[in-house]
Amino acid sequence: MTAIDRNMHAETDQPLLAVQGLTKRYGGRIGCADVSFDLFPGEVLGIVGESGSGKSTLLSCLAGHLPPDQGRVIFDTAAGPRDTVTMAEAERRRMARTDWAFVHQNPRDGLRMGVSAGGNVGERLMAIGARHYGDIRAQAIDWLGRVEIAADRIDDRPRAFSGGMQQRLQIARNLVTGPRLVFMDEPTGGLDVSVQARLLDLLRGLVREMGLSAIIVTHDLAVVRLLADRLMVMKGGHVVEQGLTDQVLDDPQHAYTQLLVSSVLQV
Amino acid sequence: MTAQDYNFAYLDEQTKRMIRRAILKGIAVPGYQVPFASREMPMPYGWGTGGVQVTAACLTPDDTLKVIDQGADDTTNAVSIRKFFQRTAGVAVTEATLDATIIQTRHRIPEAALTEGQILVYQVPIPEPLRFLEPRETETRKMHELEEYGLMHVKLYEDIARHGTIATAYAYPVKVEGRYVMDPSPIPKFDNPKLSGSPAIQLFGAGREQRIYAVPPYTHVVSLDFEDHPFVASKAPHDCDLCGAAESYLDEVITDDQGGRMFVCSDTDFCRTRREAGHVGHLGVPVQGGV
Repeated sequence: MTAIDRNMHAETDQPLLAVQGLTKRYGGRIGCADVSFDLFPGEVLGIVGESGSGKSTLLSCLAGHLPPDQGRVIFDTAAGPRDTVTMAEAERRRMARTDWAFVHQNPRDGLRMGVSAGGNVGERLMAIGARHYGDIRAQAIDWLGRVEIAADRIDDRPRAFSGGMQQRLQIARNLVTGPRLVFMDEPTGGLDVSVQARLLDLLRGLVREMGLSAIIVTHDLAVVRLLADRLMVMKGGHVVEQGLTDQVLDDPQHAYTQLLVSSVLQV
Repeated sequence: MTAQDYNFAYLDEQTKRMIRRAILKGIAVPGYQVPFASREMPMPYGWGTGGVQVTAACLTPDDTLKVIDQGADDTTNAVSIRKFFQRTAGVAVTEATLDATIIQTRHRIPEAALTEGQILVYQVPIPEPLRFLEPRETETRKMHELEEYGLMHVKLYEDIARHGTIATAYAYPVKVEGRYVMDPSPIPKFDNPKLSGSPAIQLFGAGREQRIYAVPPYTHVVSLDFEDHPFVASKAPHDCDLCGAAESYLDEVITDDQGGRMFVCSDTDFCRTRREAGHVGHLGVPVQGGV
């Protein structure tokens, strides 16, 4: 699967997300500085870098969880391109429930642990006005099936699920409203390798099937190798290198990228 | 210390003024929880400190006060609060719903229809309907502000998923005038329809949580539900065993340890009025010359 394959489905010149000069400072320190990129429909962008390089800050700014100090984040909404930094909070939060999705590293941050799996999946539907119990439940069962959770677990609470199942449930909960852009913060962190592999397989299938665009923050190069079309390497809050994933990983130009690639253990 | 050492209705005038401002704001924005500087009252939290402060701020020497606790005029909470205002305000008190100008209630709405000019004061333990779903107060305020009430339906969804029907029987969430979702205090959901379009002013006071909210007269109040699981105002499927009323909310009273039980109106004034008018339930006896 390459970027070229997928762009054939969603052929357009208009970027889904255009980021221009995004900067976030924590007092005198830099969170991320002067980040610019375009994300096109159906494209998956990986952001890699060491801890403290500003990956998560950048993702939070993009998703509207943190207000950036400078820069613009222009999202191609149904009503045309809009700057999400300056739009009203009500509108931004509505978009976060419909057009966007956010998958947290720790499923406990993204799930309601006291609410059943079905309720977790149904929450976004109810938030956008679904008021028919039977329909909500049918959609919840459908989505549990898509993320390989048995339908008879629908009334179990997430704490009765394994870590991998919780992460899959979080993905179902986020994708149920058919978002166009998914933010993922280390979606495979804390999972063992075989569960990771299954989750990546699932994500890859869903992204391709739904024509999703995604921004994936991770420090795991294998994840971006599998999922991402393009790659951004961050260090100290700055983007030091970006390009096609295979190009960046196979022929790293910046010294830090070279270090990163050569640090991966070969089994 | 004698009762004369207190200001009228216990609270000082500045405090009452502050509470009245909160009440007016609450009436102006139906269903919105107005913060107020709740005072220490000479009773424990949970006994109606919020309701008592609202009542104190509304009372005038000409008022007639009725206090009910779960519908009854003669239970501890009702008796102590009624005595409290008799001593500190010297106002007239009554048990008859229609004679009262202010009714302080714990967890019931009287059966008799209220009229214009009456004020119904509710005691509220937890004013925030979203509390148990979203523990962050900053977040629930934001949700009220932006009218993000999907979460309230998650609670009802959970009810149906677990029990087959909406099992929430009290403190059933309502939407006031198409805007704010409100906790109607722990009244049985049987009483919810009476919230809507009532000619009386309905005030809600939460002392520990320091919130006052209100439903002005003739306000549209809707109980939340699903299209395929509509709201049902449920009650025990019996008639009152004392007065035979079929349409009133009933208390179940255990009468022995052999499984014996009887159902009686929870609104004692309503039950007594009916019995005095000659209605008799199947365990009741005719009343001679009043109770």
